[in-house]
Amino acid sequence: MSKITSLREAVQELVSDGDSLALEGFTHLIPFAAGHEIIRQQRRDLTVMRMTPDVIYDQMIGAGCVAKLVFSWGGNPGVGSLHRLRDAVEHQWPRPLAIEEHAHAGMAAAYAAGASGLPFAVLRGYLGSDLPKFNTNIKFIECPFTGERLAAIPANRPDVGIVHAQKADRKGNVLLWGLVGVQKEAVLAAKRSIVTVEEIVDRLEAPPNAVVIPHWAIGAVCEVRGGAFPSYAHGYYARANAFYKQWDDVSRERESFQAWMQRHVMETKDFGEFRRSLEQAPGERSERSGAHA
Amino acid sequence: MPDTSYTSDEMMTIAAARMVRNGAVLFVGIGLPSAAANLALRTHAPDTVLIYESGCIGSKPDVLPLSIGDGELAETADAVVPVVEMFTYWLQGGKIDLGFLGAAQIDRFANINTTVVGSYLKPKVRLPGAGGAPEIAASCGEVLITLRQNKRAFVEKLDFVTSAGHVTGGRSREDLRFPGKGPTAVITDLGILTPDPETKELTLTSVHPGITVDKVVAETGWPLKVAPRVATTAPPTAEELSVLRDLQERTAKAHAGNA
Repeated sequence: MSKITSLREAVQELVSDGDSLALEGFTHLIPFAAGHEIIRQQRRDLTVMRMTPDVIYDQMIGAGCVAKLVFSWGGNPGVGSLHRLRDAVEHQWPRPLAIEEHAHAGMAAAYAAGASGLPFAVLRGYLGSDLPKFNTNIKFIECPFTGERLAAIPANRPDVGIVHAQKADRKGNVLLWGLVGVQKEAVLAAKRSIVTVEEIVDRLEAPPNAVVIPHWAIGAVCEVRGGAFPSYAHGYYARANAFYKQWDDVSRERESFQAWMQRHVMETKDFGEFRRSLEQAPGERSERSGAHA
Repeated sequence: MPDTSYTSDEMMTIAAARMVRNGAVLFVGIGLPSAAANLALRTHAPDTVLIYESGCIGSKPDVLPLSIGDGELAETADAVVPVVEMFTYWLQGGKIDLGFLGAAQIDRFANINTTVVGSYLKPKVRLPGAGGAPEIAASCGEVLITLRQNKRAFVEKLDFVTSAGHVTGGRSREDLRFPGKGPTAVITDLGILTPDPETKELTLTSVHPGITVDKVVAETGWPLKVAPRVATTAPPTAEELSVLRDLQERTAKAHAGNA
């Protein structure tokens, strides 16, 4: 497989059943196209980690891809619950879902430790919270210098780190900007990685100190225009807040969720066709489907 | 007769906004806290620095964000930093004066639950979870909490402690050696509660206009402590109401379309 490849091929080659994955992007640049491709290829028994599961993991959980979720805030931002996540936690549908729950500070530190090749992260966190009672991966250590009690959690070392970015050049160097979340850490912490980008260009023209991930630190780079929809890509398109609101209805019942996934993900061959299917959805005005990004 | 020219939610947001002192560096949660913080920025506290955990420092959004990472927050920020940096250098590093949080449940020592209703392993309602809250509650200089007051939210015992306030009261928070001094006020749709200086138990110190002390006590799931002299919150000014309504109108318009 060459470095710059199709998303279908990248997922075929790099994502296997039973893998642990981190599809990151903090509200911004969420790799929805990659999530859909994993659903289309029907990967199973995945452990998925993400600070904010968001609609992307709601879809993967509801589609039955996920055995375990590692996360720190599991809602539909500004809208309410993630219904497929809740159904899995509360009613084990479509399969039982194990959860490992953190706070954001812990998840961020765990990615940084993973990228650093360290076995664990240390932070001033979780004190006074009940989270350590239910997550045995949160432990406390004493600072060898001051005696302060600090939290320790294992590094996040996913099998595959998957992120979306604005640009890559033809060698596969990747440039991202705006809210950069923990994307760089997720790629550098992972054994393998896939980066989808809005466009592949001749020259990145990145200013010094820009967030650039060098090509040799990335597994595969795939051009997927609009690949972060319904989240957003700074400089390309805005967040489709209307889609996030609409998802509340689509995902509330199992039947409507399954019908939507079948029509728009399983029966489309790629993300471009997915986007067109939203515009063509019978009986739905395109603005309701959130199709204009 | 209660004044019907404003709603109890508007009174809550305005009372919460007034607690923000001008120039404070403020770590803002989404929802009610974000509305109050942005109102403060547009009224008496124009030099307040709004920080959102998505990495935005000094955001001045024209509309309220739907998510903690809306593009508007990044576009209007003085600086945009990676999430690891936000939680390590800025929050854990002790650079934030004030944390502003919402909650699903709160107890008498202002510990909060945003994780589950019911048992953790067999939840009745699975809530979003911690996000940045435990470390915001621990590390900001002080913490404000805003939520609607009723017996489902103001409970004798939390189903789950997501973020520590004054723990079990008295000096118990100090024993945990948190850098910040914890919650200093809880602002609800009925009034304002502040922790007793010694016991740290939340005490009703102000009721909003038209609300009786009995009403607040009745909406609290534990025997609420009431200050010897309970103040009445000043009603919203015309300016506060018009700025808040403009903000919410712009917000509704922005999020109804295809952002």
